[in-house]
Amino acid sequence: MASVDIRQVRKAFGTFEVIHGIDVDIGDEEFVVLVGPSGCGKSTLLRMIAGLEPISGGEIAIGGRVVNMVPPKERDIAMVFQNYALYPHMTVFDNMAFSLKLRHAERSVIEQRVRQAADILDLTKYLDRYPRQLSGGQRQRVAMGRAIVRDPQVFLFDEPLSNLDAKLRVQMRTEIKALHQRLRTTSIYVTHDQIEAMTMADKIVVMHDGHVEQVGTPLELYDRPVNLFVAGFIGSPAMNFFEGRLRRDGDRAWVEAKGDLVMPAPPGVRGNDGQSVVYGIRPGHLRLASDAEQGLPAEVEVVEPTGDNTLVFCRLGDAVACAATTERFPLRPGERLRLVPQVENGHVFDAATGVRL
Amino acid sequence: MGAFMFVDTKTQRRASARAAPGPRRFRLGESRGAMGLLFMLPAAAVLLLFLAYPLGLGVWLGMTDTRVGRAGQYIGIENYEMLWTDSVFWTSVFNTLLYTVVASIAKFALGLWLALLLNRHLPFKAFLRAIVLLPWIVPTALSAIAFWWIYDSQFSIISWSLTRLGLIEHNINFLGDPAWARASVIIANVWRGIPFVAITLLAGLQTIPPSLYEAATIDGATPWQRFRYVTFPMLTPIIAVVMTFSVLFTFTDFQLIYVLTRGGPLNATHLMATLSFQRAIPGGNLGEGAAIAVTMIPFLLSAILFSYFGLQRRRWQHGGND
Ligand SMILES: Nc1ncnc2c1ncn2[C@@H]1O[C@H](COP(=O)(O)OP(=O)(O)O)[C@@H](O)[C@H]1O
Ligand SMILES: [Mg+2]
Repeated sequence: MASVDIRQVRKAFGTFEVIHGIDVDIGDEEFVVLVGPSGCGKSTLLRMIAGLEPISGGEIAIGGRVVNMVPPKERDIAMVFQNYALYPHMTVFDNMAFSLKLRHAERSVIEQRVRQAADILDLTKYLDRYPRQLSGGQRQRVAMGRAIVRDPQVFLFDEPLSNLDAKLRVQMRTEIKALHQRLRTTSIYVTHDQIEAMTMADKIVVMHDGHVEQVGTPLELYDRPVNLFVAGFIGSPAMNFFEGRLRRDGDRAWVEAKGDLVMPAPPGVRGNDGQSVVYGIRPGHLRLASDAEQGLPAEVEVVEPTGDNTLVFCRLGDAVACAATTERFPLRPGERLRLVPQVENGHVFDAATGVRL
Repeated sequence: MGAFMFVDTKTQRRASARAAPGPRRFRLGESRGAMGLLFMLPAAAVLLLFLAYPLGLGVWLGMTDTRVGRAGQYIGIENYEMLWTDSVFWTSVFNTLLYTVVASIAKFALGLWLALLLNRHLPFKAFLRAIVLLPWIVPTALSAIAFWWIYDSQFSIISWSLTRLGLIEHNINFLGDPAWARASVIIANVWRGIPFVAITLLAGLQTIPPSLYEAATIDGATPWQRFRYVTFPMLTPIIAVVMTFSVLFTFTDFQLIYVLTRGGPLNATHLMATLSFQRAIPGGNLGEGAAIAVTMIPFLLSAILFSYFGLQRRRWQHGGND
């Protein structure tokens, strides 16, 4: 097992730069998720780590050794592809054994390693089958098995669950995490799905347009997003945003949003009186007011019960905001109510730069 | 209700079985088999007319002593008995096998190599692919005439070049010497057949997902191992199809030989097809010509069966449940 250090890495296809100097330190045994919208360069970064794409600038080191010029097979990594990339003409056993056979491992060693991996992944019954004869989830497991038998320094995953249906995806998510807890192999996992990132990662790297926006634990990103992009990207349903101006009066600070809404700013907020800002609050931190309370006047537009939670989409000034509540109020579209933002869970960002204040 | 009976579901069938018998025409519609047969009829008629009839006629002619301008009589297998002792016929069988085997192997090797080259990221990719198709597009008679010129005993550009380079002193008699003639017609056939093999295999290569190569690379495969363990096995079904066609085309080749050598010198390049034609039309012995053509059938059938069983194994290999 090994650490992975990414230092000022750049990638250009021709003259078109898609990754603009990225720094990430991945510790030994860590499970790191690269997350970001489609096209932000996650796969490209992963493929540079794997050695499938040449690195245009900067350095990648695996276990302290700079691998820029090291061919993939000598990097001691294993990769799980989005489409699984199983060899269709080989049985499950042969798919998993392929890398060992190429390394001229002894038959008994191959047999033992493959059986062990199959056992972990619950594939023992399917060893003689061909990939076509397996379900999506089983193919996914074979792809993982192929990675496991090699016992590499680093596992790389490129959106390995996106071809599965929603239920299986949740199940495999847990299985991959459990597998990591068992094997402790350093893992780099690419996904565009922030829920996958939140649930699986020790550390999340949020990427956007070839830049790293923020690196942190899932809860750090959730509680203290450093900018508007991360705030909007992490969390589901997404954070509500209101444009407005920051106001200060002595110790007190608040945000005056369009439509005469007054939001209490969280304690310790920086920024000057009159500055243009965006106020953000997560749906779960927007409470439906009781009769006695003051609050932001709102009109219910859509109600979405999910079972655990009810999402209430309301018109608030000239914006639509979502409030999530675990209580089951009988609400109807058109109904008027008041919403109370939890002061300490508000976020204030500079409107021009998007940076957290 | 009657109109709905065409909707061929189980419930419908059960329902209509209980209902009073409708008009006969509609009950035909209820049986999948009968309907299928009905829809097949036009195609079957066309096949019968254009495939089975000439084939049957050929087989029949082979058992008669028909000559041009004279209806023949049934003579059983006399034609075949004659061929059995005919050394020219046996030479043509040998030539055909040699021609087919050597040309097919060469076409396969060169076609695969060309396909692999074209599958890379080359500049002017589309243009190069179009160029490769040229020998296939040019009418055979035309390209055969070009080869005839290239192989000319006096004006051959090959002889000319080799003389200039000082490698030979006398022009090579490409089409006049039996060994050279055989080699020459084979080369011409290979030149003409490569595009078909190359373009078809190229299409096959492009169906192989790039991620398989990436997975193999990470698994530690060298370029040769990637070819050996990924490309080749995944290409085998297409290879089987393409080589079956290639073998059939080569085995039945006629135009090229007819333009270049007419079977000469000393029958060294006579194929079964050219011999059959020569005996039947210029020679006038329609019956004998037909008999020679019929003797090609077992060879062709075995080639087809070979590839058919080859293909079956692949389908199983690829793991289809059906
Ligand atoms: N081989 C390539 N040639 C040119 N551009 C590419 C190539 N691969 C990816 N890109 C571009 O690089 C950017 C990042 O792609 P990618 O890493 O696949 O994004 P992600 O995996 O985050 O969705 C995209 O704009 C994509 O169009
Ligand atoms: Mg991607």
